[in-house]
Amino acid sequence: MTRHPVFSRIDANLATLLIGAVILWFAPAGLKSYGLYVISLWLVMSIAAMGLNLTLGYAGLKSLAQAAFLGIGAYTTALITAKGGIIGPGWSWPLAFVVSGAITFFAGVILGFPALRVKFHYLAFVTLSFATVMFLIFRNEQWLTGGVYGFSNIPRPSVMGSKLDNDLAFFRFVLVVTVLLSLAMWWMLRSPWGRAFTALRENPLRAASLGINLRAYTLLAFAIGSAYGGFAGALYAPLVEFIDPAPFAISASFVLLLTVVVGGQGYFLGPFLGAAFSYVLPEVLRATGGLYLLIYAALVLILLLITPQGIIGIVEKMRENRRQKAAQEQRNASKVMLEA
Amino acid sequence: MDQFVQLILAGLATGAIYALAAIGFTLVWQTSQTINFAQGEFVMLPAILVLAAVKFLHAPLPVAVLMAVGGFLLLFGFGFKQYIVNPMARHGILPLAIATMALSILMKESAKDGFSAEAQQFPSLVPEGAIQLFGATLSLRDIAIFVVAVVAIVGLQLFVTRTKTGRMMQATAQNPTVARILGISTEKMILLTFLINAGLAILASFLISPVYLAKFSNGEVIGTAAFIAAIVGGFNQVRGALAGGFIVGLVDNLAAAYVSSAYRAAVPLVLLVLVILFKPEGLLGSKEERTV
Repeated sequence: MTRHPVFSRIDANLATLLIGAVILWFAPAGLKSYGLYVISLWLVMSIAAMGLNLTLGYAGLKSLAQAAFLGIGAYTTALITAKGGIIGPGWSWPLAFVVSGAITFFAGVILGFPALRVKFHYLAFVTLSFATVMFLIFRNEQWLTGGVYGFSNIPRPSVMGSKLDNDLAFFRFVLVVTVLLSLAMWWMLRSPWGRAFTALRENPLRAASLGINLRAYTLLAFAIGSAYGGFAGALYAPLVEFIDPAPFAISASFVLLLTVVVGGQGYFLGPFLGAAFSYVLPEVLRATGGLYLLIYAALVLILLLITPQGIIGIVEKMRENRRQKAAQEQRNASKVMLEA
Repeated sequence: MDQFVQLILAGLATGAIYALAAIGFTLVWQTSQTINFAQGEFVMLPAILVLAAVKFLHAPLPVAVLMAVGGFLLLFGFGFKQYIVNPMARHGILPLAIATMALSILMKESAKDGFSAEAQQFPSLVPEGAIQLFGATLSLRDIAIFVVAVVAIVGLQLFVTRTKTGRMMQATAQNPTVARILGISTEKMILLTFLINAGLAILASFLISPVYLAKFSNGEVIGTAAFIAAIVGGFNQVRGALAGGFIVGLVDNLAAAYVSSAYRAAVPLVLLVLVILFKPEGLLGSKEERTV
């Protein structure tokens, strides 16, 4: 029964993911289209948060541009898939998905390269600048993005010749993509790459002394994290079917960062919890009128004051306490035996 | 040429306001390692508080100003340190920075929902008008903003370098452990920097709101400008933040006129990236030692 704690946790993560996916596949059958929209949004934002979780939680880099990457993915997808697509309706979404990921990946490389040449926390400010510039481009380049009037009539993707106009079918499509991307992330974090990312966060100097190429791995973590933002954007555009610059503004990047921290940075399932908190809760609070963002921000603040490790941090802490208590009991028991 | 002189003056005036925000930002960073992402909202809120006091409590303007100043110092000078920075500080820089982001959303939304989503007129503290100088038309308001801000900054600088309390504050920023050994109450000094930060924000707010109107979303622009000013000038220097503020204000105004008004916000950011690339310690900053 001496399982390595890390392995047991990762296996638990995988099990939770797969069981959760099965439940989600069947659960929303009774939901109306608004409910389906909310849980689809939750999954899409979980993907974006997952990418940021890799950048922030595993590699320890602060990025304030995840919403900008989301926007790049969304506009790329809108441009490629609108008007029937370039290469036929069946393939235009997969193409858009790949292109969105690729563009954001390379944007991540180009953005990270200069920032990482200097001190690590400058990345936060460089990404903040990038996010501002991207927002200006989304807003000002009307010929490309539709400017403030937005980009409408973004089609839903087609699978095997049938268009996913049905909200339930589209939700299941989002679910499948989310599971695939999560599995890729899970695999990556267990691979030597993932170990190297964690090493970067824990002790960069030691990681360097062990022969890990700091700059290359940091850049890779940032680029992959950004690409997940792009992938999320590729799903976001057909989900909402109309995009304008507002959801990709700086404050949206702030909210994504809050999402990761609130969920529990560096925990595999953290982004899902965080996204539920940041994107589902406001929809529930919408009943309170315009106050939902205010309540949300206050809740985040209170939560951070209670547990800076995020929601998963509470669970972890309780588990740790229980382990320690058990160990203490064992020690006490053995002490009694020794004294006898 | 006329236009150029006017732009320079307008740039110096907005730059002085950015400098106020940037100086507060660096002070708080130096003494408590707080990266305050709500700095822009700190500048947005005092003007809104004044207007809210006038609207809801029907207070006459001077009373409203006093109430806003007192309330803001209490909430965002003392309260910010006591109830947000203190409990979060031991968890490191990032959770605290995130908490200030949440605070910025909270402040913005409170201003929007509690007061108004529309831009509101804010009474100007100086008379409107213009004077002719060397053939250029100079706005009195710009001159007044510049003078008031510079007087405040010079006063602050004198306080920090010439008075005992100011020196104690500097010691706390540079080496808190030794400062404590020397018998300085570092806690009080840190609180003082937070109060000064709040005070600078109030001043900036009252100066800028007559120009750009008081609106809940003003903080985004001012906050970004203050970060850029702080980094461009050098994160660990008051005079760096001052220079950074002026540079950003000038670049901002000149870019709006000569480059593109749609992309005016992007130009200072390009400047930021260049500084980070070529002189990461800031134009006037000194190199920080690398921590292992």
